[in-house]
Amino acid sequence: MNIGTKLKEYGSKLLFPAIALFCALIAGFFIIGWFGGDPFKAYHHLFFGAFGTPTKFGETLVYVSPLILTGLGIGLAFRCGLFNIGVEGQFILGMIAAAWIGSSFTGLPAWIHIPLTMLAGILAGSIWGAIPGFLKARFGAHEVISSIMMNYMALHFTGYLVNYVLIEPPGSRPVTRMISDSAKLARFLPPSRAHLGILIALACLVLVYLFLWKTKWGFEIRAVGLNSEAARYAGINVTHNMVLAMAVSGALAGLAGALQIQGIQYRFNDLFGFPGYGLDGIAVALLGNNHPAGILFGALLFGAMNSGALEMQSVAGISKHLIGIMQAVIIFFVGADYLIKKIRAQRAVRSESLPAATPVSKEV
Amino acid sequence: MDWGFIMGIGAFVIASTLRAATPLIFAALGGVFSERSGVFNIGLEGIMLFSAFFGMYGSYLTNNPWLGVLLGTLVGGLVAAVHAFLSIELRANQTVSGVALNLMAVAGTNMLLVKFFHSVGQSPSVAKVADWQVPLLKDIPFLGDAIGNLNPLVYLALAMVALSSFFLFGTTTGLRIRSVGENPEAAATVGISIRKIRYLGVIASGLLGGLGGVFLSLGSMDLFKENMTAGRGFIALAAMISGKYNPVGAFFACLLFGFAEALEGQFQLLGMNVPTQFLHMLPYACTIILILGVVGKSVPPAADGIPYEGRK
Repeated sequence: MNIGTKLKEYGSKLLFPAIALFCALIAGFFIIGWFGGDPFKAYHHLFFGAFGTPTKFGETLVYVSPLILTGLGIGLAFRCGLFNIGVEGQFILGMIAAAWIGSSFTGLPAWIHIPLTMLAGILAGSIWGAIPGFLKARFGAHEVISSIMMNYMALHFTGYLVNYVLIEPPGSRPVTRMISDSAKLARFLPPSRAHLGILIALACLVLVYLFLWKTKWGFEIRAVGLNSEAARYAGINVTHNMVLAMAVSGALAGLAGALQIQGIQYRFNDLFGFPGYGLDGIAVALLGNNHPAGILFGALLFGAMNSGALEMQSVAGISKHLIGIMQAVIIFFVGADYLIKKIRAQRAVRSESLPAATPVSKEV
Repeated sequence: MDWGFIMGIGAFVIASTLRAATPLIFAALGGVFSERSGVFNIGLEGIMLFSAFFGMYGSYLTNNPWLGVLLGTLVGGLVAAVHAFLSIELRANQTVSGVALNLMAVAGTNMLLVKFFHSVGQSPSVAKVADWQVPLLKDIPFLGDAIGNLNPLVYLALAMVALSSFFLFGTTTGLRIRSVGENPEAAATVGISIRKIRYLGVIASGLLGGLGGVFLSLGSMDLFKENMTAGRGFIALAAMISGKYNPVGAFFACLLFGFAEALEGQFQLLGMNVPTQFLHMLPYACTIILILGVVGKSVPPAADGIPYEGRK
């Protein structure tokens, strides 16, 4: 394949998310107008609130790193044909496990304590993720519903832990102890809270790419996702791969939760609602077409939106929930990609005057 | 503890079970219609949330809760129509479209709260649908305390179970809905419009889900709260699945969830010291156990969730 066709191929892959983003911006434009705001001013603050200064960019990275990981988690499960909505809960479990291990040891050298704390998050997330995977594989329980239930269970379960077991000091408001300095990740771009977790997230992007496309396990996971019956016929253990994919997916989400504790919060506070990184991760994965490169792009976009939304809200007076609506619009368009594929297929038929099969999205 | 006290608690538990089950019953019946016509509707959660908001808003504007119920229900149908359009015309992935709806509902209702009430998280109190004292029924000793004094929407939910069951299994349209969900190709060859039937199924699910949402803001409460559905749309879906895509089965599953939710309040009443977090987990844990198929294998309609590719 020469460079020209390759560029063309990448271009066509970018076209769709670009259209989706454009439509979301248009939708946001009208909503802001309806609210009596100035859309240009709002978008100006949305953009410069995210990228305006190094500090602001640092704050954007605070949102980008967990989104890379949750997006990767969801994308990886998607590749196996599974919709892991439970990333939110896996993230929460990762947070509390990291807060626990991070605060339980003192005097450990950082090069042991940092990875140990991450590992705690990874383990907790992967267990929480493997459960819906196992229920799907063994009992055929719909993973969307069971993983949503696991989210609510995570919310209340960690609420119990932080109120009764890990509360420090006893009788105080429900928070865990601060993690030791030896478990904290270094920050850069002060006074922003950007931390080295972004490097770990980027490393995971590469690792997941290598895992999915260069290893036998990754190949099997993708084969199950493309056609589980064919994979079964080819001798691939479908059950095993579903549990594996969900566990790895949960591990990534758990790691995201651990980094959140190690880099930003340093302790687990009782949650009164979902942190939201798992739900945003769905949009990131869909926008990125479940490919690591696309997920990086999606995470940057949504991270910037989340971070810029704060300035948009405080300066331009537009509710940060506008971002949620724009994300929904993006997901709608990505979900309805049939339209574009159909138009493209028709054009191909006309230009080649050959009968072409209509490609239909069966990816999810 | 004397008998009177225990009976009193028993009646109270039955009444609160029915109350807690009502939004689930409406939404689960909605799910039955949508899935039976072959469209997966995970957007029920968002539909309920939108309806809860517009139910409240209708009551706020007119000071008449029943007009609020009407507005909320219609909005539910409208939101479902969007899902129907995406699933049927654009052949969108139905799970993805439903997830987008849910996201839209959380963000959208929050923005509307700010727009209409300049408040974050909660609306002011509005006129709610008052409970009914059913004559004769309320005078029956034990039963009267349990089911004689409930919200009219609770009675409507019970009636809808019977009605939906009759509609699906006793009428021609019901038969058509079921056939489209099982085998759209075959249904198409006998001249049934797959498109129309699916629109019917999905919009019916929106209207019913809308009633469930409206009950939250106008029946069990008198205001709208941020994210007040708290996963009930998903629980209703699970109830529908474990109820084997059947109105009556779904109804019993909803009662179980309602019971789990009602228990939350009763444990403290009985002086048992269980951390509230575990009680909050109960309905969700029940859901997981139920979809494992403890009631036997639940087989979805064969064409459920698959866009129809043939001629319309």
